[in-house]
Amino acid sequence: MQIAKVIGTVVATQKHRTFEGAKLLLVQPVAPDETPRGTPLLAVDSVGAGVHEKVLIVLEGRAAGEALGRKAAPVDAAIIGIVDRVDVQE
Amino acid sequence: MQLAKVIGDIVVTRKDDNLTGIKLMVLQPIAADGSIAGRTLVAVDAVGAGVGETVFFVRGKEASFPFHPTEVPTDAGIVGIVDHYDVIDEFTN
Repeated sequence: MQIAKVIGTVVATQKHRTFEGAKLLLVQPVAPDETPRGTPLLAVDSVGAGVHEKVLIVLEGRAAGEALGRKAAPVDAAIIGIVDRVDVQE
Repeated sequence: MQLAKVIGDIVVTRKDDNLTGIKLMVLQPIAADGSIAGRTLVAVDAVGAGVGETVFFVRGKEASFPFHPTEVPTDAGIVGIVDHYDVIDEFTN
């Protein structure tokens, strides 16, 4: 799992049917100190996250499909939690 | 999933039988500000995307799921056409 920040929303009318009703958010993976890591990606939201929030994402197909609650969904990233706080000790 | 621009299509006559009838497109992954993000790749198309459109694609075995029960040998697939997206100011690179 990885920490990410929700940076935007995506609207797509024409999409695979397993995405119907699913919320798609643009997330920027971040390090625990909130520095961006890599390029932003799209994740399906299963927890009701919003823009600006720090979230926990899974970057693996099976886990993301389970989070979406649909079998054989062509997804590879899902938001599975909203982070309240991160404590890291160096 | 990642955002990408469809920059071309590709014609492959001799191929794995399970790729028959499936459209292959050339994608350029993009960042949230539309700038190039990484190398181009070829992806199967499950939604009828066209050249010039912004799409999102999935990586890995899951890219073959839209074609179930056919076991399409692919590692990337277009699964949606983006109408529009909004990004907040921070982290747009």
